[in-house]
Amino acid sequence: MSAGPTTQATLSFDGIGMTFPDGTEALRDIGFAVDRGEFVTVVGPSGCGKSTLLKIASGLLEPTAGTVSVDRERIGYVFQDATLLHWRTVMGNVELFAELHAISKADRRTLAQNAIDLVGLTGFEDHYPKSLSGGMKMRASLARTLTLSPPVFLFDEPFGAVDEITREHLNEETQQLFQREGFAGLFITHSIGEAVFMSTKVLVMSARPGRIVAEFDVPFDYPRHPDLRFDPDFAKLSGEVSRELRGSHS
Amino acid sequence: MTTTNETTDETTEAYRRTVSFGLDDAPHVIQGPSRTRSLAANVLPPLVLGILLIGGWYLISYVMLDESRRFLLEPPHAVLQVGFLDWDNFSEILQGLWSSTKVALTGLVIAILIGFSLAILMSQSKLFERAIFPYMVTLQAIPILAIVPLISFWWGTGQRSRVVVCIIISLFPIIVNTLFGLQSAERGMHDLFTLHGAGRGTRLRKLMFPAALPAIFAGLRISAGLSVIGAIVGDFFFGRGDIGIGQLLRRYANQLDGEQLLAAVMMSSVLGVTVFQLFGWIQNRAIGKWYDPAGV
Ligand SMILES: Nc1ncnc2c1ncn2[C@@H]1O[C@H](COP(=O)(O)OP(=O)(O)OP(=O)(O)O)[C@@H](O)[C@H]1O
Ligand SMILES: [Mg+2]
Repeated sequence: MSAGPTTQATLSFDGIGMTFPDGTEALRDIGFAVDRGEFVTVVGPSGCGKSTLLKIASGLLEPTAGTVSVDRERIGYVFQDATLLHWRTVMGNVELFAELHAISKADRRTLAQNAIDLVGLTGFEDHYPKSLSGGMKMRASLARTLTLSPPVFLFDEPFGAVDEITREHLNEETQQLFQREGFAGLFITHSIGEAVFMSTKVLVMSARPGRIVAEFDVPFDYPRHPDLRFDPDFAKLSGEVSRELRGSHS
Repeated sequence: MTTTNETTDETTEAYRRTVSFGLDDAPHVIQGPSRTRSLAANVLPPLVLGILLIGGWYLISYVMLDESRRFLLEPPHAVLQVGFLDWDNFSEILQGLWSSTKVALTGLVIAILIGFSLAILMSQSKLFERAIFPYMVTLQAIPILAIVPLISFWWGTGQRSRVVVCIIISLFPIIVNTLFGLQSAERGMHDLFTLHGAGRGTRLRKLMFPAALPAIFAGLRISAGLSVIGAIVGDFFFGRGDIGIGQLLRRYANQLDGEQLLAAVMMSSVLGVTVFQLFGWIQNRAIGKWYDPAGV
């Protein structure tokens, strides 16, 4: 879990600490790595510094201790809110990142259409965000990030605001995307089921200041079928994660 | 997102329209089946009140005022005949209106240019914002009547001075609303632009400006109305040059032309309403497709 040999990984944290100017210590000595083909999920109590960790990974925040190594050129970062631009259609929103990266109009359109098809929003290209459901907005937000085929994908509780059924659908689709694209995934969630279902590895974070207190490898093969959720091994692993999480609340 | 409690009574509806920058045909405000019913509900009350008011008007003209004082409030049909149906009189009013409209629009366009520039400047630098804002508030606080003598002192009493009055009176809402709008883009959206390396210009064009449009239109609607008032007030006080509706109002009042005075007042109001509606229409064309007054 420490640095050194892992610096070659697609994304790695080494000794990350974060103390905000007001004195809040959000993170302490975080060190782990995520390589391509890995999908690591962090679960932890509310306010333990999970979002802060992703902001540091993406470069939106500078840590007060330690280093991050990652290629920030094409980083995929899906926020908790869909943050779609209200004045753009689904197509316009999905094209945005490619546009900001100065990709030509024609290529941008192709990339966006492919991404829209991939997340199942075909037919909604001309809709404005105000006429989309929460789940559809989240899909559009995913599609927008997919256009860049990012080698690193950060997810900050992206499905926290959608209903259970939609969430399970989106979990399955995310897991398929991961399989297809083979990115290095770092996912934040409150839901243990979601964490175990999608990940290759689950990390448990302690209450503030956030530290990694436990690590679980998830052995199930991909593609994972929704019925996996009712598998005894799945239940057992979820139980262990849950126990650690409760312990971390202290 | 659509609001589910459609059982809005008139006041909440009206309130929502005000807070929603007056965008009045957003799909969820008036919905299909209730449309005819709400049309009746919207048209009947003002119609009934209008009839009552006209009745009251006749009552005052004929019962409360004796013949020697009737010029104070001529009855409606006299106003109609003399003020509106007599073409010589009415065309005079129309010409005055047109002159004032030109002044108001010129002033408004200049105020928009100045207002946008200042608001953009202020949005780009806290230093500018802090430096400029107190003066804007001060300018806004000067009663327009107090500044009219100064304006005529500097620019004379011609067309130009009237335009200056319009600019001063309509500038503040444009600046404040544009600035507020430019600053209204969500933090998360800014983060997206930061993550993907957007520069200042790109951020302004693709994020801040479109996000500001609803507020900008709210400001424009207020300013357009104020600009019309400015044109009339300016014309009224300077009282020279091209004859606008302000000078006509003053002349009719001096000559005790009650019918024409009332007709001119009504037409001024029509001008104000028209300008307000015009900007509402432009707003709907520009942002009605995507703007959701209930917030996203
Ligand atoms: N800019 C800031 N200044 C000061 N304190 C901050 C700042 N941002 C976050 N914090 C604090 O740091 C801690 C971690 O915040 P963070 O948003 O990372 O938590 P989180 O684990 O994502 O919580 P949740 O699960 O509720 O989203 C919180 O206590 C929060 O109040
Ligand atoms: Mg968070």
